Amino acid sequence: MTENGNSPARAGATAIADDGPKKKVKLNIFRGTEEGGKEVEYEVELAEGMVVLDAVLKIQAEQEGDLAVRWNCKAAHCGSCSAEINGKPKLLCKSRVDEYEGGEINVGPLRAFPVVKDLVSDVSWNYEVSKRINPFHSDEQAPFTMYEEDVERLYEPKKCIECFMCQDVCHVLRTHHKHEEFAGPRFFVRNQWLEMHPMDNQNRLEDIKEDDGVGLCNITKCCTEVCPVGIKITDNSIIPLKERVADEYYDPAKWLMRKLRGRRNGSSSS
Amino acid sequence: MDANANKNGNRENFEVREHDILIIGAGGAGMRAAVEASEKGLSVGIVTKSLLGKAHTVMAEGGMAAAIGNVDSEDSWRQHFIDTMKGGKFINNWRMAEIHAKESPGRVYELEQWGALFNRTPEGKISQRPFGAHTYRRLAHVGDRTGLELIRTMQEKVLATDTKVYMETTVTKLLQDASGRVVGALAYTRESGKFIHYKAKATVMATGGWGRIFKVTSNSWEGTGDGAILAYDAGAEMVDMEMVQFHPTGMVWPPGVRGLLVTEGVRGEGGVLKNSEGKRYMGDYDPERMELSSRDVVARANFSEVQAGRGSEHGGVYLDITHLGYEGIMAKLPTMHEQFLKLADVDIAKEPMEVFPTIHYTMGGIKVESEHCATTVPGLFAAGECSGGLHGANRLGGNSLSDLLVFGRRAGIGAIEYVEQNTHGTDIPEEDVQTEIRRVLDPMERPASDNDESPYLLQSELQDVMMEHANLVRDEDALKEGLRKILAIKDRVPNVKVGGNRLFNPGWHTAQDIRYLVQVSELIVRCAIERKEKRGSQWRLDHDELVEEYGNINFISKKGPQGEVEIERREIPPIPDHLAELLDQSAKGAKV
Repeated sequence: MTENGNSPARAGATAIADDGPKKKVKLNIFRGTEEGGKEVEYEVELAEGMVVLDAVLKIQAEQEGDLAVRWNCKAAHCGSCSAEINGKPKLLCKSRVDEYEGGEINVGPLRAFPVVKDLVSDVSWNYEVSKRINPFHSDEQAPFTMYEEDVERLYEPKKCIECFMCQDVCHVLRTHHKHEEFAGPRFFVRNQWLEMHPMDNQNRLEDIKEDDGVGLCNITKCCTEVCPVGIKITDNSIIPLKERVADEYYDPAKWLMRKLRGRRNGSSSS
Repeated sequence: MDANANKNGNRENFEVREHDILIIGAGGAGMRAAVEASEKGLSVGIVTKSLLGKAHTVMAEGGMAAAIGNVDSEDSWRQHFIDTMKGGKFINNWRMAEIHAKESPGRVYELEQWGALFNRTPEGKISQRPFGAHTYRRLAHVGDRTGLELIRTMQEKVLATDTKVYMETTVTKLLQDASGRVVGALAYTRESGKFIHYKAKATVMATGGWGRIFKVTSNSWEGTGDGAILAYDAGAEMVDMEMVQFHPTGMVWPPGVRGLLVTEGVRGEGGVLKNSEGKRYMGDYDPERMELSSRDVVARANFSEVQAGRGSEHGGVYLDITHLGYEGIMAKLPTMHEQFLKLADVDIAKEPMEVFPTIHYTMGGIKVESEHCATTVPGLFAAGECSGGLHGANRLGGNSLSDLLVFGRRAGIGAIEYVEQNTHGTDIPEEDVQTEIRRVLDPMERPASDNDESPYLLQSELQDVMMEHANLVRDEDALKEGLRKILAIKDRVPNVKVGGNRLFNPGWHTAQDIRYLVQVSELIVRCAIERKEKRGSQWRLDHDELVEEYGNINFISKKGPQGEVEIERREIPPIPDHLAELLDQSAKGAKV
């Protein structure tokens, strides 16, 4: 059966090549580094259901072996292949070529971070921010008793796949380069679930105000628009955190308490 | 710490990094080992080919198996042990299966302690869902993105320790001292092509599987078997390499997503399989467990239906979850809904999915000692998918995430003890490092010639060979012809040539992967030729039944003195009474 050539297990190997009439698609891909580069036009055969990542990988395999692109799962679960299509951050694995029919497809790297090469940016800054965030801590011993209604609002921020497209599109980072003072939408999403987790006993409001700079966000909702997993970052993460910070720091009664007790160190366990 | 050699003639610059423990791979197993060792105060370096948090663990959807009995209180480690052994067709390492069943609950609770959030029962406990061949509802889960929850929790835990993370760094060789002990590794950073000599007293291999040997696969580019072959080249024994799991349900259409995983959670939530005649056919293959039979059985059923001419439009079968309705699907399987709507224009709340078996997981791998995951090479430990033994001939869904954490932790403990008990140095002759660097640079720096091969095309050619000769169905003639083709490709590997420079050059990176892919394919095919039976994922059409004499045999492969593959039939040690008794009771139909 493995030899007869009709096995469906074998058919999978050739299905891509045999598909339909040979239409072509053109892509302009940024080739270069932080120092500079240019858009180069490539042409590939179109296949049904093709996503931009398919086209880029086809160009890489057949025409430009050193074309740099970052990807992993190719299923929109891992957030590796974020880049910009026509200036907008997109997951390349989730962007269908036929969505752009009749128009241009210009593919470039995320621009809020230093460009390494071609479609790859240096996103390591995000991991530095992540490292400084006070992690989950509970004095209680798992297994916890938590009810669905206590935790259901945590599922949304927990969906984040760390594609960093919200970071890419955020004006505070992209235009004003406030990487030193501002953690970016991704990390307000993380702080949101940490703050709302019923078993966590840390107080991060001082960090969120001072280190993460939540006040710098002016609620343009650009981050929400690009989130590939549909997290309402502005409404559900940033605004609630801004409100908590306001309650803590700008409520006259709390201000007085703080003066009397001395400045809190932001961590009840340390 | 920094460069200790200047470019001088043929000598290349490289950095030296020293750690007590080097961990290669940052999926669930590697990160769990890192946390264990780092929290004990040891210096730990963890190397990953990707960014942190992108390892294939993130693709696990259905859940993590653990007998915590929150939904079915009758569940116990004993029944989990039995299910795992039955699923693996009894060639599993029984001690690993025992440890795994006993310790999985602790690892689930530990994740919760570290901030992971699972779906809840009405009593406020961790909820558990049914899954193929698990007797009870056993999988702790959060929707259909459990792997994301696990990897993000572990990632945040690792970042909170002193572990040094080396992202986008590729290991090319394990470095051994004169006695053969592993004392580090050579690697290069993908971004810049800078070389790093890691010196470490112990090394943990946690690099995952090798699904990229097939064209239709649920694996990312990373699954190229690096760790398995690095260990093999260092002299490690491998166990049951023929055992490669085909997941019953991969997407089939459109072409670009062929092989992409459709979670077993769909069947866990009541999804039914139908053929083109509209018949729910699993009753013909496993009337008791139906769609929730073990993966090997369901994969064969799906294959057989298509083979018999009862396939769907694009050569698959139908998987129908429409009974859940839109609301139910969005609560339990939102990722699947999005995946099909976005990539295939199919609304799974209204119409069935088309699915076909896809390569998914590798049960075989580096042979490890069951308590602390020591390989047969001193100083080298292994955990997770790159290691073998726990799952035998077929892995049950949900047993992978628990495997990662149970044995990732134990490998960490093994490495800690090894470091504490040994006072060896980690120096090796610099010439060894220089030789390896020259080998790695060769495809880029060698002058072009007429024999040059593209790494992408060679990989693609190998994938075609494996698809044709070592797929779900196998027979001796096809396997032998496949082996000839693989060996012919192996001869061409030194001709791989790439353009460009060291700066983030995927062609160069792919040139490194080819060696692993070819060698791992050779091991699989050679072992598949030896095991002449149908057992778990090994389905030999020319020996289409379970053969009793193979029931206590592992096929051990290792590198011979001339670089040839040596294969040994090795008897599985006798199972102790307390475990044999459980299997006996189960065979008599009793639940334990």
